[in-house]
Amino acid sequence: MEYEAIIGMEVHAQLLTRSKMFCACAADYAAAPPNTRVCPVCLGMPGTLPVINRRAVEFVVMTGLALHCRIADHSRFARKNYHYPDLPKGYQISQYELPLCSDGYLEIEVDGRVKRIGIERVHLEEDTAKLIHTGEHSLIDANRAGVPLMEIVSAPDLRTGEEARQYLTRLRTILRYLGVSSGNMEEGSMRCEVNISLRPAGTDVRGTKVEVKNLNSFRSVKQAIEYETERQRRLLESGERVVQVTMGWDEARGRTVLQRVKESADDYRYFPEPDLPPLELSREWVERIRASLPELPEARRERFVRDYGLSAYDAGVLTADRDVADFFEAVAGLGGDAKGAANWITGEIFRLMNARGLEMSQMPIRPAQLCELMGLIREGVITTTIAKDVLGYMVDTGDSPGAIVQQRGLAQVRDAAALEAVARQVIADNPDAVAQYLAGKEQVLKFLVGQMMRATKGQANPTLAAEILKALLAQGR
Amino acid sequence: MSAPALTIREASQLLRAGDLSSAELTRAILERIHRLDPRIRAYLRVVPEEALAQAEAADAHLARWRREEGDPPPRLLGIPLAIKDILCTKGIPTTCGSRILENFVPPYDATAVERLKAQGAIILGKTNTDEFAMGSSTENSAYFTTRNPWDLSRVPGGSSGGSAAAVAADMALGALGSDTGGSVRQPAGLCGVVGLKPTYGRVSRWGLVAFASSLDQIGPIAKDVRDCAILLQAIAGHDPRDSTSVDAPVPDYLAALEGGVRGLRVGVPKEYFVEGVQAGVADAVRAALRVLEDLGATLVEVSLPHTEYALPAYYLIAPAEASANLARYDGVKYGLSVRESADVWDMIRQTRGRGFGPEVKRRIMLGTYALSAGYYDAYYLRAQKTRTLIRQDFDRAFQQVDVLACPVSPTVAFPIGERAEDPLQMYLSDVFTLACSLAGVCGISVPCGFADGLPVGLQIIGNVFDEPTVLRVAYAYEQATDWHTRKPKLDEEV
Repeated sequence: MEYEAIIGMEVHAQLLTRSKMFCACAADYAAAPPNTRVCPVCLGMPGTLPVINRRAVEFVVMTGLALHCRIADHSRFARKNYHYPDLPKGYQISQYELPLCSDGYLEIEVDGRVKRIGIERVHLEEDTAKLIHTGEHSLIDANRAGVPLMEIVSAPDLRTGEEARQYLTRLRTILRYLGVSSGNMEEGSMRCEVNISLRPAGTDVRGTKVEVKNLNSFRSVKQAIEYETERQRRLLESGERVVQVTMGWDEARGRTVLQRVKESADDYRYFPEPDLPPLELSREWVERIRASLPELPEARRERFVRDYGLSAYDAGVLTADRDVADFFEAVAGLGGDAKGAANWITGEIFRLMNARGLEMSQMPIRPAQLCELMGLIREGVITTTIAKDVLGYMVDTGDSPGAIVQQRGLAQVRDAAALEAVARQVIADNPDAVAQYLAGKEQVLKFLVGQMMRATKGQANPTLAAEILKALLAQGR
Repeated sequence: MSAPALTIREASQLLRAGDLSSAELTRAILERIHRLDPRIRAYLRVVPEEALAQAEAADAHLARWRREEGDPPPRLLGIPLAIKDILCTKGIPTTCGSRILENFVPPYDATAVERLKAQGAIILGKTNTDEFAMGSSTENSAYFTTRNPWDLSRVPGGSSGGSAAAVAADMALGALGSDTGGSVRQPAGLCGVVGLKPTYGRVSRWGLVAFASSLDQIGPIAKDVRDCAILLQAIAGHDPRDSTSVDAPVPDYLAALEGGVRGLRVGVPKEYFVEGVQAGVADAVRAALRVLEDLGATLVEVSLPHTEYALPAYYLIAPAEASANLARYDGVKYGLSVRESADVWDMIRQTRGRGFGPEVKRRIMLGTYALSAGYYDAYYLRAQKTRTLIRQDFDRAFQQVDVLACPVSPTVAFPIGERAEDPLQMYLSDVFTLACSLAGVCGISVPCGFADGLPVGLQIIGNVFDEPTVLRVAYAYEQATDWHTRKPKLDEEV
């Protein structure tokens, strides 16, 4: 029997607000020593009360609008009750009925066709503290407790690991464009859980759902889904039953491992948070937010094709990361050749980013410097080959291309006398090629120019080198 | 008259005139506490050094004012007050009458406490309460039971029984309590003092350790209505730290006292004058109604048809909220922590098992059950709908009348131990105060006589934020009677 996987995703993204969700503590705890971003409110001390962070609500509304959601007029916070040492109050302030945003969608591309993935809800809650297990002890760092957390729940519209990966990538791009979350999975500022069940293809049977957690990268999401789909398929094909469990992804072993058997549905005893009045979102406020939304990836991609004459593919690649797109537009805005800039960015710059494990925002290259580099090629000061090396030095040193070319003596050799000496040597060293050229095989000239480039370590001006070679060979005819 | 017997207003006048110093007053009260409290046990903790230091600072302030004149000093400057031990006091242990918070010292003051201190009030100490304010007699305190100053074999009421007993026994000029379902009004009534539950949202709950968040309100307990107004004036008003506190102007409650009741319509809810009310209590309340009528008010019989559902609705909503509010006491962060345990789950279980008393556990279980999947709709949700109906009862009543008048509690103070083993009987002692709490309106208890030698309270209930009218009616009644001047005979027994 053919099976299809029914996959839904829950994504938690920390919001980039200055303060925490319900208190004035700084939300940026990454570099802070443990338990230094805390106060009686986020420590859940007796008698303390939460106050809603308006900016966090705004961020969720922005996200909801970008995901084509319905924005609630009337929303509520709710208490989600469970005991865990990382949960200071013994309940998490979350949302249950009446989330801020619901019924939206996100588009992905499958086999060249657009596929809409439903967004069931986007809601706001608070993060928990962090447990640090030292072997002998378990320590609690409450810096993270109360950091605003947005939960985005997809409809079970995904079918493959690749679709899930793409959904997640596009979602992260949108969050970054909006500036509401860093979307960093490795650092845990974006976390994701998937629900997978299998059913005979084409039916609407409801299979048993398995939840997979501990997914720390896009790659692990894809791999975990593929592994889990296969595991369930094998079980079903051998006539066994899929058990409702929570699995964890073991990155090292590349497999899912059992974390917890769910005998019954968790009962979190949600009820409306009595410490917070219901949120009334005025239409005017929501419309003001809508009007202030930045250009989103989709729109930007279309504009890049239209305004810069880029291919849809290049425009897609450039707009997948807001920082990259911003960089590209800055270069183009400085009068740089847009297509050339696109090639440099998607080629050499991406290669350097990958090789060095850097994000665009961490690259020391400024847009003006890429413009300068392209100018040096255009003016014939350096060759494209040399320019690639110069770019590498730029990343290493942060220096301008002009300075690097000067310091390292990388400018093209345009001195005719010097080049003539090299040409004579090349002619002397390659009698066979010379003979072929003289016999009328003119394309051999390219080989000889190449030899000159090699002899000058790429610094020879190729046009000048060809002219000198031609002249010398003409004498020999 | 001895200094401890003064009202806040009287003491304030003497302090301003320089005829009494705050240090003298505070010392006299501390001496009285020292002498009487071993028998009454109103205080869980007294802080004499801090109180005297505050008193000296107040005296310095008063002396400076007398020298330099200028604006009159705050009315509470130098006035010694007691604070229910469910309100956080910076640097002073706050136990909530529970073992689980035995060693808890808050690093912050409740807003209400902060506002009293800002006026220069003296904090004498922390008064006894039923554990986490869950009870009507202080018998659920993990530490001891407070005695009713009028009869030491009887309860003072609860849960703010410590505060009410302290004020009744002149061991504080005034006090703060908290009222979730009657916990200020009922003990005030049973101890023969004045207690006000403000409208929900009138006083900030910041620093009030939560029992049932949608019901809890801090309220003053005082020797007379004017003092009660003085205390309310000090603590009322918006607080950005409490999103449920209402950002509405605070009226001048003292100015509101004058004016009498002529022309006012006083509603008499028939559901509050039923069988089960002790005869002496009913008689005293009916006599009080006649006094109001004689003063020019019109009595109007009204109906609050959903009154009988207040108790069941309350005992679903309050425990449901409590079950969440008390989840934080897990031994991980503060308070009791049973560390000789197998693992973290065992620690949480043992901490809660040993730290909470039986009534608290009962309510946590009730609340957990009411919120559970499959029961939520039948219990919690239905209780919330009932609450809406109860609120509508009051809305309708206040279209006809200015205030409602009824008993505070069906009986006078009952003997210690009489209801301790029967939770339902205990719950019934709040049967006349619960609906007002569920509706979020305000209510006051004023002394209106005695039955079997024990005080009876008259409850006057007003619409939301209509404390001015409630105080005005209560004050008019008080001016026409002398019940509030009666004192329990404590000194002769010494």
